[in-house]
Amino acid sequence: MQTTLTETEARDLRALVGQMIPASATYKVPGADDDLIFADILKGLERDTDDARTALKQLATLSGGPFADLPADRRAEVAASFKTEGGAPLFALNRVVLLCYYRDDRVMHSLGQEPRSPFPKGHVVEQGDWSLLDPVKKRAPIYRKVP
Amino acid sequence: MNEKVDVLIIGSGASGAAVAWSLADTKMRILCLEQGDWVKPTDYPSNGRDWEARLFSDFAINPNRRARETDYPINDANSPIKVVNFNGVGGSTIMYTAHYPRLHPSDFKVKTLDGVADDWPIDYETLEPFFAENDRMTGVSGLAGDPAYPAKQPPMPPIPLGKSGQRFGTAMNQLGWHWWPSDTSIATVDYEGRGRCLNLGHCTPGCAQGAKASTDITYWPMALRAGVELRTRARVREITVDNNGMATGVIYYDAEGKEQFQAAEMVIIACNGVGTPRLMLNSQSGKFPNGVANSSGLVGKNLMFHPYAFTYGYVDEPLDGNHGPPLCLWSHEFYETDKARDFVRGYIFQFGRGMGSIVEAISSTAAGRLPWGEDHHKVYRSLLNHRIYLAGICEDLPEEHNRVTLDPVLKDSDGIPAPKIDYTVGENSRKMLDHAHTRAEEILKQAGAHTVFREHVPNSGWHLLGTARMGTDPERSVVNEWGRCHDVKNLFIVDGSIWVTSGGVNPTSTIQALALYIADAIKQRLANATLFE
Repeated sequence: MQTTLTETEARDLRALVGQMIPASATYKVPGADDDLIFADILKGLERDTDDARTALKQLATLSGGPFADLPADRRAEVAASFKTEGGAPLFALNRVVLLCYYRDDRVMHSLGQEPRSPFPKGHVVEQGDWSLLDPVKKRAPIYRKVP
Repeated sequence: MNEKVDVLIIGSGASGAAVAWSLADTKMRILCLEQGDWVKPTDYPSNGRDWEARLFSDFAINPNRRARETDYPINDANSPIKVVNFNGVGGSTIMYTAHYPRLHPSDFKVKTLDGVADDWPIDYETLEPFFAENDRMTGVSGLAGDPAYPAKQPPMPPIPLGKSGQRFGTAMNQLGWHWWPSDTSIATVDYEGRGRCLNLGHCTPGCAQGAKASTDITYWPMALRAGVELRTRARVREITVDNNGMATGVIYYDAEGKEQFQAAEMVIIACNGVGTPRLMLNSQSGKFPNGVANSSGLVGKNLMFHPYAFTYGYVDEPLDGNHGPPLCLWSHEFYETDKARDFVRGYIFQFGRGMGSIVEAISSTAAGRLPWGEDHHKVYRSLLNHRIYLAGICEDLPEEHNRVTLDPVLKDSDGIPAPKIDYTVGENSRKMLDHAHTRAEEILKQAGAHTVFREHVPNSGWHLLGTARMGTDPERSVVNEWGRCHDVKNLFIVDGSIWVTSGGVNPTSTIQALALYIADAIKQRLANATLFE
């Protein structure tokens, strides 16, 4: 079983992820086809490699050849079809793309998030207004008595 | 040749750890066999930048996806609800969200009260001291005075409400419905050597801080200090019996895959609602051709999950996202039977804060909300940290056709037949699910959600119950009213498989209280030499 993508598959995948999540000047974020993010995607395929290859094979079929070689407008059409027809293999592939994209420092900064692990700093959660419970405290027991 | 032990416990999770600790004061030689490893706090995902990604790999909640060497595969193709568990010291207390309600008094008397299923042979009052002891050992946070329960006193203050909790609390007050801060097994202050919660927000796949109670850091350190031996990477294949129908020990595979025999005076099974029937069904002999202690034919039958009415919505204001323990409140408004409804029994709601950035992206993509292309970024920013959710934990009535059997083909890495699940959601549960979804939508709208969604969550089989039920009639149950198998007088079961009915709450608190109760029963009968009578 092949554990990495072929050059053609990788090229198609890069073109596809650029369709999925393109760069945005408005939000100052790279696309998923950015060098660093795409390298992370390739590395992150791991146990989803088989599904990725199945999905890419279907993409090539829909494209009538390498997806990456299609002109831009045709790519968008094929990608739209693929999104509805790709099924579980595409879902697995899309998940890897999102796993890698939304941990990129630049993307996280754009979302107002600190690019760090949760531990050890943790987070602050406000205690909130405990007086909200006052009406509930006045209720009689609501559990059912047993004989 | 392994030296014979007095007590052999199989499984080191919620119930195995509790029973080991409780029996330790007998000074018997106690050994626990655990198929998994110790998990170090530094191994947990929240230590790294890939913390969310690991929910889909080595800390996936479904064992078939996680597929560690220490996991066993489960054929769950014929079930809409997939099994969630963890194999390692601490068992599935490593992989749970620390929501820690008890069963209600009415849960033990469903036949008497509602004419369905069967009553338990024990009641809430019997378990009450063991609930309290377990709360102390586990370290439970919460708030006394909840009108949904008889009086109880959690040893630590509740986890914070946060923005999401306040929003839900306000909405519930407006609707006039019960809500309360949940009992959780999360330390909100420094407790018995555990640091207080830092709001890492990623409780389910293990807590790097150690604030979440998993038995590797609660019961086990004390049990080990008291002399209990815990042997990891020891996967039990079968329980052996002699011609008199008494358990003699177990055959297991060690870390090198070598077959070993461990003799024992008594054996305690603590593998929960799928692992326990799997082991018993694999333990076939001339005396028990259909699996050990299975003269009733009920081993593996009456599998109960809790069908899960997951409902969520989006609000305009950014809320807590994934910061803080995910589950902060509960409601028992719809827990008890109401004759005006078209179903019996009921459910709790557990209220959640929000999702991490990656889980939000994945689930919204799956639901078709998050587009590809130029609009992706704009839509995503309207979703992230704007989600609030709640879920109804619906009582699942026992039905014999819902069952665990042995798969004829699938095996684990030691060649032991794997479990197969056949399960359908019953009619009563379907009606309850619909009710819960509808009420949840009302709550979400009252809480300001502009859009609401219902979702079936396949990987929601956390609660594995009922497959070796408790009872006084040997033809209608597998163990008696204190956990001893009717057929094998030195074989005990202490996990969720002995539950007669499922209740409508997360089960860990009650599983552990039951294990402590059974350990106490064993000790009393040891003292007056009636244990094996």
